[in-house]
Amino acid sequence: MTAVTTPRKKPIQRARPGQSSPKLAYLPIIFLAFAIGVPLLIIVIYSFLEKPSQGTGVKWVFTTENYKALFVQEKLDGTTAFDTRYIKVLWTSFYYSLITTVVTLVFSIPAAMWIATREARKRTLLVALVTLPFWISILIRTYGIRQIIADEGPIGKFLGMFDISWSILYSPSATILGLIYVFLPFMILPIYASAERFDFRLAEAAYDLGAKRMTVVRRIILPSIRPGIISGVALVFIPALGSFLQSDMLGGGKTNMVANVIANNFGQARNWPFGSALAVLLIILTLVFVLIIQGIAQRRGDKVELV
Amino acid sequence: MSEKFLEIRNITKVFQTPEGGEVRALDDVTLDIVSGEFFILLGPSGCGKTTLLRSIAGLEYPDSGEIVLEGERIDDKPPYNRPVNTVFQSYALFPHMTVGENIAFGLEMENVEKAEVAKRVEEALEQVQLVGYAKRMPSQLSGGQQQRVALARALAKKPKVLLLDEPLSALDLKLRRGMQVELKRLQRETGITFVFVTHDQEEAMSMGDRIAVFSDGKIVQLDTPVEVYRRPVNAYVADFIGETNLIKGTVTSGGIALPGGNILPTEQLAADSIIPASGEVTVAIRPEDLVLATNGMIAGTVRDVIFTGDSVRVYVTVGDVEIIASLASYGTEIPAQGSQVTLNPENRAARTVAS
Repeated sequence: MTAVTTPRKKPIQRARPGQSSPKLAYLPIIFLAFAIGVPLLIIVIYSFLEKPSQGTGVKWVFTTENYKALFVQEKLDGTTAFDTRYIKVLWTSFYYSLITTVVTLVFSIPAAMWIATREARKRTLLVALVTLPFWISILIRTYGIRQIIADEGPIGKFLGMFDISWSILYSPSATILGLIYVFLPFMILPIYASAERFDFRLAEAAYDLGAKRMTVVRRIILPSIRPGIISGVALVFIPALGSFLQSDMLGGGKTNMVANVIANNFGQARNWPFGSALAVLLIILTLVFVLIIQGIAQRRGDKVELV
Repeated sequence: MSEKFLEIRNITKVFQTPEGGEVRALDDVTLDIVSGEFFILLGPSGCGKTTLLRSIAGLEYPDSGEIVLEGERIDDKPPYNRPVNTVFQSYALFPHMTVGENIAFGLEMENVEKAEVAKRVEEALEQVQLVGYAKRMPSQLSGGQQQRVALARALAKKPKVLLLDEPLSALDLKLRRGMQVELKRLQRETGITFVFVTHDQEEAMSMGDRIAVFSDGKIVQLDTPVEVYRRPVNAYVADFIGETNLIKGTVTSGGIALPGGNILPTEQLAADSIIPASGEVTVAIRPEDLVLATNGMIAGTVRDVIFTGDSVRVYVTVGDVEIIASLASYGTEIPAQGSQVTLNPENRAARTVAS
């Protein structure tokens, strides 16, 4: 008897191990598209609409006045003048974010290097400790730090014993302190990830070739952990630019960052179109910074992908 | 000025193990290295040879003892103040710098003038036959080329001593043989003293002017390759350097009784063999020093024959031990497996060794 084989009508197509159906990816993609795209679209549309004469919301009349109002002030006598208030707010946000980035960077490099040079088991524990703050709501943590730095808090009481006055709550310093506190782990973790991969034999080779300690750090270690530094800068600077909670709860409204002004326009000031225009400006500026950071990363040939 | 160049005096280094134990990586090691020689530190991994190299480089500080270079103590100096440089096993090239920048790095640390740096980088690349590679990144080079860059980087500094930590272990056999010849040439041309760490006895023999054989943090034997091979001080060295049949025997009148009832007459042993009046001894015979003979001194049964091209390896069961004989490929009748043969040691190359 001879075996008869019939050709298959259709080749067998089975998913390879680890390959899931693309259908499973649709739901999160659609959800993200809605959750990010729709509000963004609303903000952009609102920014070109008029504010109703009474109450909140928008009046469906096209205008570019909201964007003009970011830079130009109309006085009571009808004349116009260049308005620096919002530029100042943006500058304040930029400045606070910059300080936060620099301070967290300076703290994080030695911390990350130290963790990376511990033995494997200790490293795991230390990394877990760095991520510990993520377990607690940022709101509660900010309340916590408010208690600590309050005039009558533990620091104030301790310094009071030496007749040193302590009053930083509701000031720019408190805002910046809060930002540093919240964003520090976001700087340590990516730098640690780079530092952990660093081959410490390279440092030995540099010593051997006549380099002193600081030269080794500057010329061998820092360039090697640069991808981590760039990631850390992006992860701290960009969210810090749009942060709201710290200046609201610790700065006491005296120090407005741009997010606080936006929130105020949607709240008490009841000017949704203007708030939207400011939000669009913040998004554009953030995008510019993202592109700048990525540009630096690319020119250096580092593999850092932000966009 | 004293004749002495690099002196290692009573160096001891103890490492703590994570389990709380102690490892004596170097145990009171003393040795003198002559200027301009190719000196080999040989031993299995964990014998202390690399620790000694790192102590000379300044990457490790000994617990006690002194390291003196040209009459000046260097063991307490940081690595950047020692006129010695290292070629690392992992090459340790800086991945973010080009080949040229890698080589220039060490010179910049000495504040050498820019024009002079460029000249010496070019010179170093020439020495290792990598002219035209200055602009490449290390990741674009093969393992062998990276090895040469590591060498050029250390040589560009014109060190008094060049330390090489198993630099060829990552290369394949053919490339390794080529580099051995090249290293030897470089050492002759530059006149720099090379201290070379390896666990490969063949590499040690083919390159070294002198070899220090290490075991457990101590130097067991220090001599030229020929002497170490021909006159191993003990069974450990005999076994580690090359291939050796180590046969336990008993001293009897007129010779040594070997397993299987064979007697090796005393006059067949090397003249400087130390033979006790009685008791057990270990006889070392190299496989290539054994020949097939009619009515030879050592009788046994052929267990296996392996033809390797340039030689014929015959595994002979003698009493309860096995002896390997490496016979010349031509002019030898290859014995059949299972046949009875007798072997003779030639040229009085067999010797007793301390176990």
